[in-house]
Amino acid sequence: MGDFLNIFIKSAFIENMVLAYFLGMCSFLAVSKTLTTATGLGLAVIFVLGITMPINWVINEFILIPAELEFLRFILFIAVIASTVQLVEMVVEKFSPGLYAALGIFLPLITVNCAILGGSLFMVSREYNLTESVAFGLGGGFGWFLAIIALAAIRERIRYSNVPPALRGLGMAFLITGLMGVAFLSLTGIDPAVFAGWSGAAE
Amino acid sequence: MAESTEIRTGVVADPAGTEKEPLFGKKEKILITDPLLDNNPITIQVLGVCSALAVTSLVYPSLVMAVAVVFVCAFSSLFTSLMRNIIPKAVRLIVQLVIIATLVTLVNEALKVLAFPVYKQLSVYIGLIITNCIVMGRLEAFAMANKPWRAFLDGVGNGLGYGLILVAVGVVRELFGKGSLFAGSGIAMNIIGPSNDTTQYWINTAAESGIGSFFGWYANNNLMVLPAAAMFVIAVFIWIQRSYNTKLVDVS
Repeated sequence: MGDFLNIFIKSAFIENMVLAYFLGMCSFLAVSKTLTTATGLGLAVIFVLGITMPINWVINEFILIPAELEFLRFILFIAVIASTVQLVEMVVEKFSPGLYAALGIFLPLITVNCAILGGSLFMVSREYNLTESVAFGLGGGFGWFLAIIALAAIRERIRYSNVPPALRGLGMAFLITGLMGVAFLSLTGIDPAVFAGWSGAAE
Repeated sequence: MAESTEIRTGVVADPAGTEKEPLFGKKEKILITDPLLDNNPITIQVLGVCSALAVTSLVYPSLVMAVAVVFVCAFSSLFTSLMRNIIPKAVRLIVQLVIIATLVTLVNEALKVLAFPVYKQLSVYIGLIITNCIVMGRLEAFAMANKPWRAFLDGVGNGLGYGLILVAVGVVRELFGKGSLFAGSGIAMNIIGPSNDTTQYWINTAAESGIGSFFGWYANNNLMVLPAAAMFVIAVFIWIQRSYNTKLVDVS
């Protein structure tokens, strides 16, 4: 349980998917204009990450490694992710048509959201076990969710400010993300002894 | 000169525009040059920002990444375009993903053999070219509706436009963050920094005489090494570009 919590906190705050690794930037920048759609997409990402991570772990551990087919990893992982996203899309369409309409194109685009595939690849390169990969999936998704709602809330307020024309929209989104990244750096001050045995290294 | 004749013959000899298109005429040239600036994948289309910014703290990995993306982008466009008439609409995304994933696997294995240190440095980001929106975005928007040669050029152009930003960010971050350029490659250059060895840096800020003595105040900017710096550098690029070309300003 301690491991679970450690990895959850580490992946959500200290090594945030968006702010430290730039994963999932496309939808992060494009869907962060209003808070409600951002919340919906963030929840969908947590869900998809939390499901695909253990599935990919099982596939990697029990099929790819014993059969020495590691070079098929990319194709298999992306297939798992694509089908999971399809499933989520059907569920959302059935139970929440409003959210489905609001997310629009970006729900299928979760397939090509780098955070999902990136999470699975990090999981392999850091040699997590099953519990750790679930923790990493949920934590990473939660961190992504936090980052996108923070950016959306800031962008909603900045709309009425007098920004230089050339920086409006995209430029400001980049600057805010950068500043948020610097702010999240302060969380690296969390007691490192708690994370003893951590093998992954920041960039 | 040769180009203008080509255009003229292309227009005059072939009003229908189907059979005798020049191999590399004006239209084809636009396919390559347009994504470099006015329709840049990163600063204008906002596609493909995801997978590669983290590698830009040094120039050399960014360059390798740029080459990999140009390769994947060009050839996935070519193959998709060749198959565009036999791919059923319903499964086209999966077909495209398989094409991209196969090419990326090739790049991955090739890098592992040819340049293992860079391969380790890039780690998961090579695999993440699969989910790089610019590759799939161009397949959807261009390759599915155009002939192979033009699709190939469009892929090359967009890959180059993407690589241009990547390398530019890499140059700024490495030069101001570490005082070097191309570190880790065969042509590593140490531009500026303090050192006891007078030959190590081009501008030695610890030197008593020469150019270096004017730069005693200089220190590396540690912010540039942080991931967040890539954001600031790109924001400044966008700022400069949109100040010159006001048509691009976001009105919303």
